[in-house]
Amino acid sequence: MIAWTIYLTLGGAVVLFFLPRAFVRWIALATTVSGFAIGLATFCRPDVDFAHFTTIVRVPWIPALGMNYQLALDGISLTLILVTGLAAICAVLFSWDVNERAKEFFFWLLMVVGGSYGVFLSADLFLLFLFYELVIVPKYFLIAIFGSTNKEYGAMKLTLYSFFGGALVFLGIIAIYVSGGSFDLSQLSQFQFSSQLQGWVFPILFLGFAVLAGIWPLHTWAPTGHVAAPTAGSMLLAGIVMKLGAYAALRVAMNLLPQGFQMWRNSFAVFAVIGIVYAAAVALRQQDLKFVIGYSSVSHMGFVLLGLATANVFGVSGAVLQMFSHGVIGALLFAVAGTMIYRRTHTRDLDALAAMNLRRALPFAAFTFVVASAASMGIPGFSGFAAEITILIGAWKTYPLAVWIVGAGMVLVAAFTLRALKRSFFDVDLTATSASAPEMEPITIPEKIGASLLMVATLAVGLYPRILLDRIQPAVEAMRFLK
Amino acid sequence: MSYLELLKLASPEAIVAVTALVVLAVGLTKSNPATICSFLTAAGLAIAAAAVLRLPAHANLFGGMLVISPLNALFKVICLALAFVTVPLSASEKSLRNPSEYLAMLLLATIGLMLLVGSEELLMIFIALELLGLSLYVMAAFDKTDVRSAEAGLKYFLFGSTASAFTLFGISLVYGMSGSTALASIAQKLSTGGVQPLLAAGIVMTLIGFAFKIAAAPFHLWAPDAYQGAPIPSAAFIASGSKVASFVVLGKIVLVGFGPVAGSSAWHAMMAGWSPVLAALAALSILLGNFVALAQTNVRRLLAYSAVAHGGYTLLGIVAGGREGFSATLFYTTIYAITLVGAFAVVGMVKRETGGDDLQNFAGLGSRSPLAAACMSIFMLSLAGLPPLAGFFGKFYLFSVAFRAGGNHGLLWLVIVALFGSFVSLYYYLIVLRAIFVDQPSESRHPSPVTRHFSDDGVVAVLATLVLLLGLLPQTLAERILASLP
Repeated sequence: MIAWTIYLTLGGAVVLFFLPRAFVRWIALATTVSGFAIGLATFCRPDVDFAHFTTIVRVPWIPALGMNYQLALDGISLTLILVTGLAAICAVLFSWDVNERAKEFFFWLLMVVGGSYGVFLSADLFLLFLFYELVIVPKYFLIAIFGSTNKEYGAMKLTLYSFFGGALVFLGIIAIYVSGGSFDLSQLSQFQFSSQLQGWVFPILFLGFAVLAGIWPLHTWAPTGHVAAPTAGSMLLAGIVMKLGAYAALRVAMNLLPQGFQMWRNSFAVFAVIGIVYAAAVALRQQDLKFVIGYSSVSHMGFVLLGLATANVFGVSGAVLQMFSHGVIGALLFAVAGTMIYRRTHTRDLDALAAMNLRRALPFAAFTFVVASAASMGIPGFSGFAAEITILIGAWKTYPLAVWIVGAGMVLVAAFTLRALKRSFFDVDLTATSASAPEMEPITIPEKIGASLLMVATLAVGLYPRILLDRIQPAVEAMRFLK
Repeated sequence: MSYLELLKLASPEAIVAVTALVVLAVGLTKSNPATICSFLTAAGLAIAAAAVLRLPAHANLFGGMLVISPLNALFKVICLALAFVTVPLSASEKSLRNPSEYLAMLLLATIGLMLLVGSEELLMIFIALELLGLSLYVMAAFDKTDVRSAEAGLKYFLFGSTASAFTLFGISLVYGMSGSTALASIAQKLSTGGVQPLLAAGIVMTLIGFAFKIAAAPFHLWAPDAYQGAPIPSAAFIASGSKVASFVVLGKIVLVGFGPVAGSSAWHAMMAGWSPVLAALAALSILLGNFVALAQTNVRRLLAYSAVAHGGYTLLGIVAGGREGFSATLFYTTIYAITLVGAFAVVGMVKRETGGDDLQNFAGLGSRSPLAAACMSIFMLSLAGLPPLAGFFGKFYLFSVAFRAGGNHGLLWLVIVALFGSFVSLYYYLIVLRAIFVDQPSESRHPSPVTRHFSDDGVVAVLATLVLLLGLLPQTLAERILASLP
């Protein structure tokens, strides 16, 4: 049943074109809601085996080359399906006011979502890569047509970075296919690749995927891309697309090439730690609210990479949980900055916002941003805390030094988050201007629903992280590099 | 062998020749022959394709001068099909003032293609090359109102005739060394003795002629001007049919005829032969084509430089060698031809609407004519190698074959060059798409409403569907090609 997430979403994208414009956003909403509902229904079913990457569909596709249309599911992919569904619904809700070229907009949006579902479910390497690359071009159009600041530059940069990563991955996949003789991920994960091959293919493959996850020093597409994108675009980028890279790095690079992983994981842990601290430091100096959030995304994704590099159950499970958590929190932050603030004030400059007394004008936005910031900083009770603490426990076993450095980095995260929060909403001298709240269009119903959904999700997982961890952990334990 | 039997085996070529004569005759008698001539041409090509399918599976006349094999039959059909889709393109091209002569030239060029594909003997191959070349020179220069067309024809002719001279000289040297012009017996003779200097000169000179035909750097200089200046259908045919046939025959010559003197282009084990020559041509074409394409502002020139780069990718399969390698090359060149005809058809539509084919003429195409815009994005993204389009699978097939070839992944360097090239190429394909979907047309140029030809839309849509289908179900074509190879 879970396979219908892909078909419904891609089908919805095509159907959009043949309906009157008034229906477009409703179709998009219905599609994304049903995608999430399917994910949730699977999540609740007691009879699904989340510990193993269980095949659900298998159809021969190009038999001569051993390619199958094969989908599979385990706890890790399900977690990511859920966050994809959630981010997709909210992206549609926060684009409710898109009127110009709405058909194209929702078409590209659904293509990104459908392609991402495909990546998370693929059990065939070729199929996975196909879906992975399928997401690239829609992103370009979403940003280049509908974006804001410097949109064509940001879109092109993001696309070229993605495609560069894609080219590396392409080479890695050819190497794996030629040596392993198959595309089937479960077959390949039994295959013993020579250690020489693993030594050079692993870094290519991991780095290629990690470009999309925003690994330092190839992260610079992320802030520019996020800033240039329309709100829904940033939400999808932060909520879903960056996870594609991290997920594929785990599912393909680490799981297929465990020896290569052992050889290279120290270097990648160093990259991850530098990324966390560096991006947080850069975020502290940004004037544009979206740039602050963009760099915070890079910093949070650094945690994911660090978790993956630890190579133990805690670290990797924490990384998957962090993918979920950052997907929700990142989407929420961009929703506030992009739609709730920017659409109404037409500025994202922190100094300009500081003079506006937004707290009075947009109380709901202020509330949402406080919650999102708290979650982003890692305040206990929100999903960010649960994920990051799990990663750090895992890291403590392998890289104790990294935990100290990252701990210091988390202070920076708190610093830039609080700075952004204060400058944008709470920087007004209360005695002087309390009377004059600027007139602004109130927060609309779809925005409220979307924001509440995301807040509930981060709170629920934060208060009871085991609801996801119980499904992630067995799947992680089944991975090859842990054995 | 009686003449009747010969005529039977050469019936497809004969049908096309007769069609050419009929079309010419009709053009002389009628005052407005465009429609009827197009119809006759299309019918002749279709009948010829049917005749190809009715031939016996194997035959060999006059020591390889005319060979009938599954491979040759398949590619004769493909060449006929490419000529077939060129017909509606020329029907809507109003600048061609003598449509019957133009179509007759197209048919003669098609005979050249069929002979080229169907021959395994160097002299016959040379004659076919000349027939093809001469027809194409005329087709390139056919628009007598446009000085650019004359330039295209002249450049194509000067470069082409020089390249032919090289090829002929190379063939004579090879004949001197081996005492034969049939590919099979050349291979036998060459299997003893290794690469002597004279033979090396002969091989390199023979290859130059083909490097010119496939527009591989540094023999590509004619391509940008010919693609830009020639009438749209001529450019499309030069870029598609001529290229496919050249790759078929190039593959046959080097893999069959010169098989024993392949040498090696593996990184640490380079050995003299044709393989390092082609590998160097491939690498140079990929790098030069892609980098120069970045700077183009005219879509046809951009397509020309990208054609140089794609010629380079396609050579990878031949360099890798073997049945798989050749099959990958043939698959790639076929889908490339389909894609490029489609792209040229869209360029033709834009040119008729806006009067030019620069990038700025494409601005706003997305809102002006969504079908053409959607099809153009399919063509561009397939050329860039993005899934789920045919170009993606083609590249995957080529690169994986090249990766596997040679001991210890010796061709990895070439694969890396090709991957790097296709990374670079995405930029300029996206620039075209950006013009189509993002840029707004400037106020000054109001596209004049031109009567749209249904046939144009039809051709473009069919080709785009084909590119998409071959990407989703590539085995329909790939398996056929692989099975037809001995």
